[in-house]
Amino acid sequence: MSSPQSLLDVGTEYQYGFRDEIEYVYRAEKGLSRRVVEMISHMKGEPDWMREFRLRALEIFLKKPMPTWGNTRLLSEINFDEIYYYIKPADKQGRTWDEVPEQIKNTFEKLGIPEAERKFLAGVSAQYESEVVYHSIREDLERQGVIFMDMDSGLREYPDLVRRWFGKVIPPADNKFAALNSAVWSGGSFIYVPPGVHVEIPLQAYFRINAENMGQFERTLIIADEGSKVHYIEGCTAPIYSTDSLHSAVVELVALKGAHIRYTTVQNWSKNVYNLVTKRAVAYEDATVEWVDGNLGSKLTMKYPSVYMVGKGARGDILSVAFAGPGQHQDAGAKVIHAAPYTTSTVVSKSISKGGGRTTYRGLVQVDEGAVGVKCNVRCDALLLDEFSRSDTYPTMNVKEDDVRIEHEATVSKVGEEQLFYLMSRGLSEQEATTMIINGFFEPFAKELPLEYAVELNRLIALEMEGSVG
Amino acid sequence: MSHPLLEIRDLHVAVDGKPILKGVNLTINRGEIHALMGRNGSGKSTLAATLMGHPRYEVTRGEVLFEGQNLLEMEVDERARAGVFLAFQYPVAIPGVSVANFLRSALKSLREEEMSAREFRNALKEEFKALHMPDSFASRYVNEGFSGGEKKRLEIVQMGMIKPKLAILDETDSGLDIDGVRIVSENVNRIAGQDTGVLLITHYQRILRYIRPHFVHVMVGGRIIRSGDESLAHELEQRGYDWLLQEAGAEEKELQEVG
Repeated sequence: MSSPQSLLDVGTEYQYGFRDEIEYVYRAEKGLSRRVVEMISHMKGEPDWMREFRLRALEIFLKKPMPTWGNTRLLSEINFDEIYYYIKPADKQGRTWDEVPEQIKNTFEKLGIPEAERKFLAGVSAQYESEVVYHSIREDLERQGVIFMDMDSGLREYPDLVRRWFGKVIPPADNKFAALNSAVWSGGSFIYVPPGVHVEIPLQAYFRINAENMGQFERTLIIADEGSKVHYIEGCTAPIYSTDSLHSAVVELVALKGAHIRYTTVQNWSKNVYNLVTKRAVAYEDATVEWVDGNLGSKLTMKYPSVYMVGKGARGDILSVAFAGPGQHQDAGAKVIHAAPYTTSTVVSKSISKGGGRTTYRGLVQVDEGAVGVKCNVRCDALLLDEFSRSDTYPTMNVKEDDVRIEHEATVSKVGEEQLFYLMSRGLSEQEATTMIINGFFEPFAKELPLEYAVELNRLIALEMEGSVG
Repeated sequence: MSHPLLEIRDLHVAVDGKPILKGVNLTINRGEIHALMGRNGSGKSTLAATLMGHPRYEVTRGEVLFEGQNLLEMEVDERARAGVFLAFQYPVAIPGVSVANFLRSALKSLREEEMSAREFRNALKEEFKALHMPDSFASRYVNEGFSGGEKKRLEIVQMGMIKPKLAILDETDSGLDIDGVRIVSENVNRIAGQDTGVLLITHYQRILRYIRPHFVHVMVGGRIIRSGDESLAHELEQRGYDWLLQEAGAEEKELQEVG
């Protein structure tokens, strides 16, 4: 797969590839079985319905074939028997960073999480391997009834709310990896925002895989009640190993009438992580859901955030950017399902491929019968930095109503010789010029991020570009 | 300094294997304004792009010295740092990159000492004002959605910020209305001052009313077939190019001997 040269590149470019030597509190045996699933449920002290849910999901996972689309070659290389499905890193969850085991705390410090928390976050959740090890939320939000905790605690403390929505937006049978997550899920976030409450500054979750051959299966459920508003950001990194890890999350969003959810992802897994994630939102009347999805890392990502607009006037906006370097395939996209009249959606997908990297846009626009007055705009731009790289677009339209306005535009371009010449004629080196063109290409994504993240993104791109031209 | 600013000697250039320039000779000293005139396809823009170092233009013979240094061995950005500036005939758009960000980075690369953020902002403001552009252009993406005239003005804003030793203006007058030509010209004169060498490429005489050249050269078929002073431009305006073309045949031999 990766030539020695590209592995070398990974080592020098990826700055989060360090690993910790940790004594885990508990590590399940390798491989997936009924016993492992039951053990996870038992250790968490779950109610019966959840144990049953997991076991049913396991059956579905075992029965379902692997996807026959996407990068089937890379998918076929996943060895499900070699994966650790559950690793418990610490005895208990910290409410302050001092309660987090020293080494794990240091890791998150290296990643800049406590600092970001102090500066611009309303709440933080930090997951290490299978469990959330640190959790905080600002008191004023807690007083307003905002719930932000790890999914396991959510299940314990708000069983009715969880049971009502859990697995309803994405049932286990949705796809093989959703079934896998449903069977072995651990950690993730549970958020509930009461009616009319606006959480103005972002809540953030950070996911870290440390162990080799680790499988991380966090499960996130966000419920924004009527007229409420919330912005959630997730970031992720992992060490570099010669063997692969698997990250397979399920994220369910519920935006009730007039609610607004924004969900931002800056995915920067190391290049030995499979990132196979199912993300879906339901938007009720006049609700808005925005997915802002950035994929920079991982070996193979397959992820198509969706919005089901089921109430009149609902809105779905999906902004997806991907960067694929050597040995990487970003198979990403968006799905918008207009199941109600006067619903609106925009999809903007931007991808860059370099050094043999591959990007794929896979999208669905669906308009159900009776969903009149629908507006949908899809725009896909792909940028290729060299002739070894590849980009493909697979848009699907499934429109059963006439009274709709749908626009679709797709472009594939190369970093133009003329653009480089222009910038270099003003004194920029080839690398600086290329980086500037790429930053500009990603600008629509960067400007949707909080400033600190945008700066980080630009820095990451500069790192990715180092030594890649000339 | 004893070296001329720019010396072009017997320059031959090909694009995709096809010869375009066939022996250009030209010397520009500091403070001199040279107009290079000629019809479309005569090789004027090829000369401009070659001097700046566009990768598609292959020098097959000859040499170019900039302050005595071999210009042809330098990368595009090295030429910029040496003091060469090209105002593009067709400036390209760089989506997502603001004018301010772009120029800030450019100046960082070009100058030894860094400008403070405030100095930079003020200087940029001044340039916009001089070119009769609102300074909101600073936050717009480079050339994206600009009219033809705005693009040309932005080139001169850049020239004003960069203050090059040699400014090559490739048909900066085309796409500008009559006021635009005047404004751009006044600014070129201001920026160039006494020390900058200017190579002004045009096929119209009108810009030469404002930027008065010390020398006028006429290019035909990839060669300079006639050089003179300002009066040559006037003559061209009155008589067109045809008489020159007819004479060119007769003079070609002679020119080659001189060259």
